[in-house]
Amino acid sequence: MAFIPHTADDVREMLDTIGVASIEQLFDEIPAALRAGPLTGIPAALSEMQIGRLMSERAARDGRPLNFIGAGAYEHHIPAAVWAITTRGEIYTAYTPYQAEASQGTLQTIYEYQTMIANLTAMEVSNASLYDGASGLAEACLMAVRANRRSKAARILMPRAVNPTYRKCVEAIASNQGLIFEEVPFDPATGQTALDALARFEGEDITAIVIQQPNFFGVLEDVDSLTEWGHAHGALVIAAVNPTSLALLKPPGEWGAKGVDIAVGEGQPLGVPLCSGGPYFGFMATRMEHVRQMPGRIVGRTLDLDGRPGFTLTLQAREQHIRRGKATSNICTNQGLLMTAATIYLAIVGPEGLERVASASMVRTTELASAVSTIPGVHAAFSAPHFHEVLLRLDRPVGPVLDELAAQGIAGGYDASRDYPELGPVLLVCATETKTCDDIETYAKALAAALGAPRAT
Amino acid sequence: MTSTPISAVVAPREPTIFDLSRPGRCAQAQLPPALAADIPAALRRRRRPLLPEVSELQAVRHYTRLSQLNFSIDTHFYPLGSCTMKYNPRGCNQYAMLPEFLGRHPLAPAVQGQGYLACMHELQEMLKEVTGMQGVSLTPMAGAQGEFAGVAMIRAYHHARGDFERTEVIVPEAAHGTNPATATMCGMKVIEIPCNADGDCDIEALRKVVGPRTAGIMLTNPSTLGVFERHIAELRALVHDAGGLLYYDGANLNAILGKVRPGDMGFDVIHMNLHKTFSTPHGGGGPGAGAVGVAARLLPYLPIPVVGREGDKYRYLEERDLPQSIGRLSGFMGNAGVLLRAYIYMRMIGREGMQRIGEYATLNANYLQARFRQEGFELAYPSRRATHEFILTMKHSARDLGVTAMDFAKRLLDFGYHAPTTYFPLLVPECLLIEPTETEAKEALDGFVGAMVAIKKEAAVDAARLKGAPHTLPVRRLDDVRAAKQLDLIWKPAA
Repeated sequence: MAFIPHTADDVREMLDTIGVASIEQLFDEIPAALRAGPLTGIPAALSEMQIGRLMSERAARDGRPLNFIGAGAYEHHIPAAVWAITTRGEIYTAYTPYQAEASQGTLQTIYEYQTMIANLTAMEVSNASLYDGASGLAEACLMAVRANRRSKAARILMPRAVNPTYRKCVEAIASNQGLIFEEVPFDPATGQTALDALARFEGEDITAIVIQQPNFFGVLEDVDSLTEWGHAHGALVIAAVNPTSLALLKPPGEWGAKGVDIAVGEGQPLGVPLCSGGPYFGFMATRMEHVRQMPGRIVGRTLDLDGRPGFTLTLQAREQHIRRGKATSNICTNQGLLMTAATIYLAIVGPEGLERVASASMVRTTELASAVSTIPGVHAAFSAPHFHEVLLRLDRPVGPVLDELAAQGIAGGYDASRDYPELGPVLLVCATETKTCDDIETYAKALAAALGAPRAT
Repeated sequence: MTSTPISAVVAPREPTIFDLSRPGRCAQAQLPPALAADIPAALRRRRRPLLPEVSELQAVRHYTRLSQLNFSIDTHFYPLGSCTMKYNPRGCNQYAMLPEFLGRHPLAPAVQGQGYLACMHELQEMLKEVTGMQGVSLTPMAGAQGEFAGVAMIRAYHHARGDFERTEVIVPEAAHGTNPATATMCGMKVIEIPCNADGDCDIEALRKVVGPRTAGIMLTNPSTLGVFERHIAELRALVHDAGGLLYYDGANLNAILGKVRPGDMGFDVIHMNLHKTFSTPHGGGGPGAGAVGVAARLLPYLPIPVVGREGDKYRYLEERDLPQSIGRLSGFMGNAGVLLRAYIYMRMIGREGMQRIGEYATLNANYLQARFRQEGFELAYPSRRATHEFILTMKHSARDLGVTAMDFAKRLLDFGYHAPTTYFPLLVPECLLIEPTETEAKEALDGFVGAMVAIKKEAAVDAARLKGAPHTLPVRRLDDVRAAKQLDLIWKPAA
């Protein structure tokens, strides 16, 4: 049931114009030995009505659990207008704005987005988005190697408290180019990256240091001290930040005496649904001095032939379609639609709304932590202040507890002992502004029941 | 182009959202309760970020108006070569946005994702079937990341065999810029080889560079020149005999759906642009999805997670299942919502539809090519069949009239057509790469030819009209030199 409009008359006229007898003849340059047989493994076509029914059944199997998982993707309220506009055909079905005059809507949206990201991070410039937070951090590490000309080592300090999937992703993407990542431990009492562990790297060639704020445990890092250490040792500083938190927390551009060099992060919390992990978008901002080392599209405002302001892709000499093998990255198509959703989200919630979302998320998480702290066998794993996630230490393996909660329709958190076996059984939980006091009560009761149940054998 | 003095600046069509902002205004219905968060003073933000303060209506009206300044598939014929701008069925969007799918956390347990995972497993199986490959991973988030995964797998394969000498990737000069950029990102050296006058790869040139340092070759087929590579069998033998692997850039898969399968042709790895062939939206520059398919010898290296099936249960295959994997390329599992749209599209198209896509995409391109030939336009490869796309060269009008491919492209916008791809591929001078796709009706194609004929006539009598085009859009031609020299990348309040 392909979307093909041709009538039999159309086909006849078109073949006559071409001067062939059949469509099949148009494939006569393909050597016969290479031709494929019928695609028997593809099911027969479904009408829209039939696929609608199938998808509704599939969706029902996933259900709608009460969600307390964060760990890099966060459930926030999304104003209805955000996706009503984002899925307008003029946005949804356009492509990269190569023809600037026919793409002013997309281009101006990107310019507004760049402004919002730069202001949120307190950096000077932003690009037009990367794939996601994890791959964005990989791009930031590669960029730091290009931008830090005094460093020859391509060596990057990566705290163990950085999101473990980010670390794996950075390794997979950047290690092919010879980058070396050195792990920096965290303080087992506070959950913060251990400043004293940096002494080991004293006097060595360090290209960059990564700081995640809040870190994977939801813990707030001493970002000023870490930034100062990096700059004092000739390293560039890369911040990986949660965009919602920036309404409340000191932005990367103000960390330490002169701010970080590159700020990246997962843009999903800004109006993008959880949707099993994507599509999301990565944001990246930097100082003007590094703009030519930044990967991805960038939009600038300029003038047209009549002197009217307009928007266009700029600094394209960095990109693969011009520089080919010497480009800053191979990135081409990125996450335009999600960036658009985020721009509309930020325009609608504004500074007041974003601050309230951040505060409510933080307060709800504090309430959650306090509600479960009365349950025997549940303790906060770390002492340092947190944002909107907390790590709980349980007295038994986390997996079966999460299974129990799932059976009660609760997505009960992330089993962080998979990534941090040294911490024993630890559960990372998150509440956002979407959770009510009743939801938190429900969770605490369910967790108590799950822990009160006989241990799984 | 000379830049105009600032004094000549007039108001833009739509002010920026920041120009609309007034302190203290907000969208009240979107505010959660005001709760006081306790943050240590040293970590607290001192000044609020400068974000727009507008009403919900102002935001809705502003972005609706901006959207109306765009050309898109839903509003215009969009024959952008190499991008496969076909109709994006609305049903695919609606059913991918069911609340259960949107609300599912990526780390939710598999029991709370059997519906989603079943779709993903079936998508993997269908992509194996259309490409003839033995395994598929859906995680790459765009074509360029699919390419990265492919070359990284080739590298991992050689390394696992103890062969560290293979550091060169051969790339024909007609390739997308992402191919050489990808090889570099994988730490490889790029060896470019030329194409011959008919658009096929220069096999003699390949013979000279292939050898014990060859990790593999990246081939786009049909090539970006809009022709099917006729020497695939020879090329495969040369590279495989030298110990290299074959990478198939599936950007142009739409042309060959149901006609040939890269796996049958002996390719070791392919990436597919689901936002082209399988009609997920381009979104103004993404999200894409660049699934990769592999032959048996690369199965252990697929990027994770992959969706596995045990009986009637689905779960992710991760590090412990695929210990030799090249690893993770995204925070979770790639562009999941895009993959859902591709799944829905493939189920709606079905077995027979899948074959018809390649046929009608090819019919439309060959019809357009024939019409342009009739109207006296110059084809870059006149002796060849078009595949799903073809190239016109404007080199004579550029030489004789000073009217370039870019001038044609800009004037087309006035006629209500998005321009074809211009100045790519780089080896055809003054080129327009035209891809109509199978979803366009004959009337749209005839209208497009009519516009090109009118512009060609205009070029002979009033070249200035073309050089100044477009005339009817929100802006006229933009000063790109000024944009790059006087960088204005973020809005700042008037001093």
